[in-house]
Amino acid sequence: MNTIDCLVIGGGSAGLAAAISAKENGIDQILVLEKESEAGGILQQCIHNGFGLHTFKEELAGPEYAHRYIVKANELHIDVRVETTVLSVSEDKVVRYSNAKEGIVSVKAKSIILATGCRERTAGNILMPSKRPTGVWTAGTAQKYVNIDGYMVGKRVLILGSGDIGLIMARRMTLEGAKVEAVAEIMPYSNGLTRNIVQCLHDYDIPLYLSHTVISVEGKERVEAVVLAEVDEYKQPIKGTEKRFEVDTLLLSVGLIPENTMAEDMGVELSPITKGAIIDHQYQCSVEGVFACGNALLVHDVVDYVSEQGALAGKFAAKYLKEGLTQEKGMPILAQGEASFVVPQLLKTTADESVKLYYRIKQPMKKAKVMIKHQGEIVFEQVKNHLVPAEMEQLVLKPELIAKLSDECVLEVINLGN
Amino acid sequence: METKEMICIVCPVGCRLKVDVDGSKVEVSGNKCMRGKVYGTQEVLEPKRMLTSTVKVVGGNVPRCSIISRNPVPKGKIFDMMNVIRNTQVSAPVSVGDVIISNICDSGVDMVATRSVDVDDRRT
Repeated sequence: MNTIDCLVIGGGSAGLAAAISAKENGIDQILVLEKESEAGGILQQCIHNGFGLHTFKEELAGPEYAHRYIVKANELHIDVRVETTVLSVSEDKVVRYSNAKEGIVSVKAKSIILATGCRERTAGNILMPSKRPTGVWTAGTAQKYVNIDGYMVGKRVLILGSGDIGLIMARRMTLEGAKVEAVAEIMPYSNGLTRNIVQCLHDYDIPLYLSHTVISVEGKERVEAVVLAEVDEYKQPIKGTEKRFEVDTLLLSVGLIPENTMAEDMGVELSPITKGAIIDHQYQCSVEGVFACGNALLVHDVVDYVSEQGALAGKFAAKYLKEGLTQEKGMPILAQGEASFVVPQLLKTTADESVKLYYRIKQPMKKAKVMIKHQGEIVFEQVKNHLVPAEMEQLVLKPELIAKLSDECVLEVINLGN
Repeated sequence: METKEMICIVCPVGCRLKVDVDGSKVEVSGNKCMRGKVYGTQEVLEPKRMLTSTVKVVGGNVPRCSIISRNPVPKGKIFDMMNVIRNTQVSAPVSVGDVIISNICDSGVDMVATRSVDVDDRRT
């Protein structure tokens, strides 16, 4: 069996950035395994612009952003194998994969970077009554059919979920000649960026129904109509508020879940909140030599941070291979108040550089106080304006501050109202 | 005089703007900063958007090539432009940045490729 220094699972934004970074940090034997026919991941189907503002100071289309990393990986002679499926990963880092050229291959990896991305929640995840007609798609699947394959998925469309993918697809379907009748959102606020609400819905007079959900899908062979109803504060449909839309297509944009079946097979400990791996500030999981980054770690809204995490995972994987990383337990960082989670979840005393914490808040807030508490004392605080759950927040811990911590600390967010 | 209401999208604050238009005179209110004034004025005088889509590829390793307008285009012309895009096809190979449609609908703006497409070498 061949041995490889660093095996990266997934050739999307996170995986490419991780591989490039590992190479630049002195690791030669790197193998990237990608199941699709080309690298670049989900960006290849995100043909709209707005990517790369932080990294390149320009607004690139998704494929352009991906292209830059693919070119870089090629320049560095990184071995990216496409149309390659990982079959299993064992606790001792033996990876079995298959593709048409090599057949089934087992390789022993000294380190593994999990960059498997995320998947969409489906109709099965949201308990939607129907006779299972065709015409119900997740928004991302529809996006792939339209943008990659060039097939339209319907003519009259209703979209459930107002996250950015739902909004982007509302515009995309409209431009391609479909009539988007409505976007429904179960929450009292949209989970998409204001810019997308304006440019994808307002521009094309597409109504957004907040606090509404789908209560039934009519049609036996093909979707014929979708019925919406308003929901109460417990998200239960209110009788008498039903609205029926004659549509042939229902697109679901109802959330993303980190893809971690391989991480679970390896015994990597997952967070019940993010559904991604629990990591320390060096992006190492609970299994030594296994790292996680990007949407597999936590679902992002900005790709620049996916690449940033990938680069860190690659850098620390290189450090692990060359000089080893501390395997001590680490100090937990807990999320409290209006913060729903914080990643990384563990700090180790060896942190000799700044550590960026990623967190999300639970509800929109005009003004909020963000604090780091340690042994009941506030060791850091800042006030932030205009926070929304759709946009991930960040906080940088300086090494001087980390040096003062001796055990568990808390990231707490308090709503200061208007 | 006409009044238009809109949400400013320049930053996350999302000011609710009221824009009064009287001929070429434009008055913006509700904005908390100058950028909101610029946005509101542009939106009523000549709203522009970036346009992205795909065109058909012949002989490529993928069936579509994604494209983008090099600059923002007039919002009112977008559906005309989509008609042009729908009737355009290109032959592989395509490189990122190649002009796919020049001066689309006499807007002075080129539509360029946002991905590369290789020649399909699996065909015999």
